[in-house]
Amino acid sequence: MSDTKETQKITFKIKRFNPTVDYEPYWDSFKVDCDKGTTVLIAVQEIIAKYDGSVSMRYNCRAGVCGSCAMLVNNKYRLACETLVLELEKKEIKLEPLPFFPVIKDLVVDMDPFYEKLLAIDPFLIRDHSKDPETEIIQSPEDFKIIEEATECILCGACHSSCVSVWTDKNYLGPGALLKAFRFTKDTRDENTKERVKRVTAEDGVFRCHTAFNCVEACPKKLNPTEAIQALKRESAKQALKFWAR
Amino acid sequence: MKIQRHSILVVGSGLAGMRAAVAARENGADVAVISICQPVRSHSVAAQGGINAPLCNNPESKDDSVERHAFDTVKGSDYLADQPAVVKMIGLAKETVYELEHWGCPFSRFEDGSIGQRPFGGAGYPRTCFAADRTGHSVLHVAWERSVKLGVPVYEDRLVIRLAVKDKKVQGLIVYNFRTGDLEMWECAAVIFATGGAGQIYGATSNALSCNAFGMAIAYWAGIALKDMEFIQFHPTTLYGNNVLISEAARGEGGYLRNNKGERFMKKYAPEKMELAPRDIVSRSIYQEVLEGRGYGTKENGYIHLDLTHLPEEQILERLPQIRELALIFTGQDMIKDPIPVQPGFHYMMGGIHVDENCSSKEVEGFFACGECSCVSVHGANRLGGNSLLECAVMGKVAGSQAAEFVKGVTPSSEAKTILFLELQKQEAKLDQWFNDEGKDDPFSIMEEMRATMMTKVFVYREEGPLTEALNKIRELKKRFKNGAYLKSKVRQYNRELEWVLAIEGMLDVAEVMCLGALKRTECRGCHWRLDHLGRDDENFLKHTLANYVDGEAKLSYLDVVITKWEPKERKY
Repeated sequence: MSDTKETQKITFKIKRFNPTVDYEPYWDSFKVDCDKGTTVLIAVQEIIAKYDGSVSMRYNCRAGVCGSCAMLVNNKYRLACETLVLELEKKEIKLEPLPFFPVIKDLVVDMDPFYEKLLAIDPFLIRDHSKDPETEIIQSPEDFKIIEEATECILCGACHSSCVSVWTDKNYLGPGALLKAFRFTKDTRDENTKERVKRVTAEDGVFRCHTAFNCVEACPKKLNPTEAIQALKRESAKQALKFWAR
Repeated sequence: MKIQRHSILVVGSGLAGMRAAVAARENGADVAVISICQPVRSHSVAAQGGINAPLCNNPESKDDSVERHAFDTVKGSDYLADQPAVVKMIGLAKETVYELEHWGCPFSRFEDGSIGQRPFGGAGYPRTCFAADRTGHSVLHVAWERSVKLGVPVYEDRLVIRLAVKDKKVQGLIVYNFRTGDLEMWECAAVIFATGGAGQIYGATSNALSCNAFGMAIAYWAGIALKDMEFIQFHPTTLYGNNVLISEAARGEGGYLRNNKGERFMKKYAPEKMELAPRDIVSRSIYQEVLEGRGYGTKENGYIHLDLTHLPEEQILERLPQIRELALIFTGQDMIKDPIPVQPGFHYMMGGIHVDENCSSKEVEGFFACGECSCVSVHGANRLGGNSLLECAVMGKVAGSQAAEFVKGVTPSSEAKTILFLELQKQEAKLDQWFNDEGKDDPFSIMEEMRATMMTKVFVYREEGPLTEALNKIRELKKRFKNGAYLKSKVRQYNRELEWVLAIEGMLDVAEVMCLGALKRTECRGCHWRLDHLGRDDENFLKHTLANYVDGEAKLSYLDVVITKWEPKERKY
């Protein structure tokens, strides 16, 4: 990393909307000096501090783990905190809130439609805790590997926002919730596999996925919800076979 | 106006807050969480390395015990921690980690399927349980999942701005609702503050943007003391450029620190523990190397190299995937092939809201605090890596169950509604001032001046002259803020500038406490290093600094450290 602080003036076009006072969204532009370390988040911070404090976005960790700042940066799903401005190689950068979700203000969206789906799949380990050992429940490194990637999800909602099936069917659980369902279904400590598979194969579940892979493209953590959904489909087939073999 | 009620309100949705809410719920209490962010967004999520507990899973930790873990913690604290509190926390460590695992925490595993444990700084045995380098993320998600299972409501997008207290009893909270832009009244019998750290006072920090000490300030304004605020942990390895955390796990897995001559300079400062000496010692050593011209960059903003290139690629990919990715994004360097630039940065506040080992305040009845915003004190003058997630989980549980016990014996206050309404009017008037008045001072430049002052004068090395200058400067900034800082944006809904401006007022008061505490503590202890008073002074300073808010200024008093098991000895590594 060099110490040079060469800066470039970059124009940020931000989609603004305050439903309490505005009838329609509109665009605002701000010019910000950016160096090679400037992220989209740092630029918006600068706008809030220096130019217009009413620009709203969610943020927190600055390190790509809290999932607060997913948005569209030049039409692509990105986390503002890990997107380096100059690496985009554009003089003008367009920031928009996550599509599909209702806008609360500017870049802040109401994520309840995503959280509702998440809650619908029982996003917690289910087992009879009265039989728990006094120490940890043993899980082999291989079994941990199966769920590891799915546990990396930061719940930023980008996948849900990008999914064509979510857009066309409001009841569809969506890739984020299903990835979470996969994570628990495949956890060797969970005792609710059968019920879980039944839940995700209901009408609003895995079979609504048309493998458009939008979620894979949108995921800032490079996770693969589509693959997890296919695995759940296979699991359901396996259970159906077991049923017929009885 | 509507008043919302719950017996217990938890402020903050990080690990400590969620664990407290879960414990309160499990003990039958009507509990809710109020948070500025959505669940799982809080800064606990960014903890990387792990959570300590003497599980003895590592082949090299078979002889580990509660006693040994507690001793390491006390020694790490440079004997400033209260020993009964440390023994209590470590005594609950095993069951608390097992509990998280039973709830589904995805820990990395040893071949035998037990929870993985790695070496960490200042620890006699490898006892840091981990989930790759995403331990905070894994643990916070599990705490939230558990709260979902138990049906704990979380009220998000809300900033608590005042604690309503009458006759030294908690009555409720005044809350700014980001979505509506209105102030709300929340009545409760007990409140648990779990509002996190204070890194934004320094700016060059591994902390999240919400770690702005505002929770500490609110408690302080309400008459509760802040304890040991001069003890600030500078993490040795934050990324040069933006101070994003590069976990101690990088050194736990075998990483080296090298100066610009390529030397592993830790051999001069901690020959036995080397890179795995406690954080205060490693940070000072790095700073010393930079000052003596053996670092990179400038003396004011220098860095050294964290070198992992000798480690097998698979080990880095399996154990440290997140920090490799972060370094790659922000510096363009791949730690598999290149050393990465790191420097000490504000990481953790050992001090905090003064509470006892039940997380309860003796100054205001019904007030509890846990996690980083609190000071129990279990970390003393220097916290060991892996002990903060532990504190959040254990003390969160303690706070939640203690608060649940407390509210059972409370009859609802008949005055609460009146008191809340009066406080609401006061805060409405204050808010109206922000929205209507035209000031002359930009609060953000006041904040920048505060940060520059703290970074240059209240950093790793401290001295009377600069500390006095810092204190005077902070007091001048407080005056300027009071006499006419302005709010640019007059929009009421989701006004993030307003949040910053309110927080800056709190940060200035907390910064004053930090400066004053550091100035008056004329000794070296843990992370507090006075160049003009070398050596630890147990005779005069084996005690906690307490600061109370009196007539707009900090007034100090002192409280003896509780020593029960281990007499203070020279601290060597």
